[in-house]
Amino acid sequence: MAYSEFDPSQFLAIAPEIGLVLWALVILAVDMFSARRIARRTLGILAAAGMAAVLILSLLIAVPPAGVMPQIGSDPRSVLGGMIRHDLFAFVFRIIFILAGILTCLVSIDFRPARAGGEYYALLILATMAMGLMAASNDLIMLYLATEASSFALYLLAGFMRDTPRSAEAGIKYFVFGAVTSSIMLYGLALIFGLSGGQTHYGAVAQVLAGADTRMLAVLAMLLVIAGFAFKTSAVPFHFWTPDVYEGAPTPFVGFLSTASKAAGFAILMRFLVYVFEPPFSQASVVWVQLMQPLAILTMFLGNLLAITQSNIKRMLAYSSIAQAGYMLIGVTAFGFAYSRQSPEAAADAVAAVIFYAATYMLTNIAAFAVVSIVSQRVGSEQISAFNGLGRRAPYTALGMTAAMLSLLGAPPLVGFVGKLFLFRAAISDDLLLLVAIGVVNVLISVFYYLGIVRAMYVERSPDDEQPIRIPAATAWVVLVSSAAILFITVASMQFWSVALDAAKALLN
Amino acid sequence: MDTAMPYVLLSAILFALGVMGVLIRRNALMIFMSIELMLNSANLALVAFARQWGQLDGQMFVFFIMTVAAAEVAVGLALIVTIFRARRSTNVDDLAQLKG
Repeated sequence: MAYSEFDPSQFLAIAPEIGLVLWALVILAVDMFSARRIARRTLGILAAAGMAAVLILSLLIAVPPAGVMPQIGSDPRSVLGGMIRHDLFAFVFRIIFILAGILTCLVSIDFRPARAGGEYYALLILATMAMGLMAASNDLIMLYLATEASSFALYLLAGFMRDTPRSAEAGIKYFVFGAVTSSIMLYGLALIFGLSGGQTHYGAVAQVLAGADTRMLAVLAMLLVIAGFAFKTSAVPFHFWTPDVYEGAPTPFVGFLSTASKAAGFAILMRFLVYVFEPPFSQASVVWVQLMQPLAILTMFLGNLLAITQSNIKRMLAYSSIAQAGYMLIGVTAFGFAYSRQSPEAAADAVAAVIFYAATYMLTNIAAFAVVSIVSQRVGSEQISAFNGLGRRAPYTALGMTAAMLSLLGAPPLVGFVGKLFLFRAAISDDLLLLVAIGVVNVLISVFYYLGIVRAMYVERSPDDEQPIRIPAATAWVVLVSSAAILFITVASMQFWSVALDAAKALLN
Repeated sequence: MDTAMPYVLLSAILFALGVMGVLIRRNALMIFMSIELMLNSANLALVAFARQWGQLDGQMFVFFIMTVAAAEVAVGLALIVTIFRARRSTNVDDLAQLKG
């Protein structure tokens, strides 16, 4: 057996997910049974508080044991019939998802156009839950079910503003793209099931595939599955949905979509590729190791170059998020190369760099979308010109936005710089100098549009310069907390790095 | 995988038809049906492989996929109805409000 025998304590491995599902039901029930229709604002705060409680509880009771030594032919971390891997890698990603969920709930409270009720928050919590399962999944069936579960919730949230044609359009575009790519992924999974002699557990599949002489078909199946992952991470060539969906969907939700969903995509990408097509033992692994580099380059260039030309802030941030996925793919490339030359330290470094980057990107991008959601409501426009004079109209918010933009850009003192440094360092230790050079060129390109926002806020004038913009309390808190977290992680980056490194090591053994 | 081969070939053909349908059809409902065809082609392949290898995991996977497909119908039709209410059309070429 490749996994531990069942015992009830294994449910601890999915304790956060159980808590989240229960809380989603509580939210729906409260919404339904409260005597006078309960204020939407209360529901949002309730949803955020419940997620925070789940996070704290799982930090107390469900942190995976660190010191389990793997025995040959068995994997004690692989629990619940091998469906779930109870390791720190999944757990750190869960923390990222749940934090993103909490912040998004708080921002959604004051996003009037969405009129977010119980179903909105319940869907958000369920999406968070499914992403946790994605990060932990250790079996083809679990991978597919978790991915679909998160996608369904996200489709509905993207089209949540039913009366707004743009939101409905975003929803259906996201749905069609997502459903097609997930069907492609599913066909790849079916082929892998066939090639591996009917195995679905990652470890068992890998064992059969390593010995099999079916290289072409295995490569084909792998590429089909990677298509599904590329959709989730909005990597080229499956990025087309990104700008349209970001523009039409409710703004606070876009902050969630661009960070948590992307992080979940990277979690399944790294775990699946290295468990099922383990370089250098699997013959097909050469393909994915080589494929990641051009993918990273194309994704970075496309995102950054098209972001420059945008005048709508949400579209600009959409292309920026494509570019950020490209940066993270640098880490995945380094991971593949390091693993191929069987250097566990370098591989762990690369994975940790991706985790660290995903976590910091979550904070910065949610802060940015929180500001966008308020400014676009108050000014009544989603154009970049809506930010004109924000430095005078809402000085603290503008400061938070500046911090977020500089961090996304990777300007030196802020955490985005530290994250990029880790990514580039991982690539350099694998002699991917060209890739790093291209990464640096892309950072330079991105100066144009990130600083364009800062310039609009402080240099440009708007006719309403004298009228301050009132920022609602919940959103102000989110901007404050995430900007503070950006600064805090910058100062304490080594502590966070060591957590990321532990998580990466948990993935690799 | 000799006994499974004809079924897998058929599933590949169905899958290709589904992909073509998605690419060629302009009606959201037809695209939706093509997606269902792609899902079911994967189901066919899974069942064929499950029989070939005597592993019931594949058949179990199919049950899950059927459930997922049902949920997908609910979500997809809801979105299509929404877009139809807004546009009086289910033609995807009319979805051109978001671009740039």
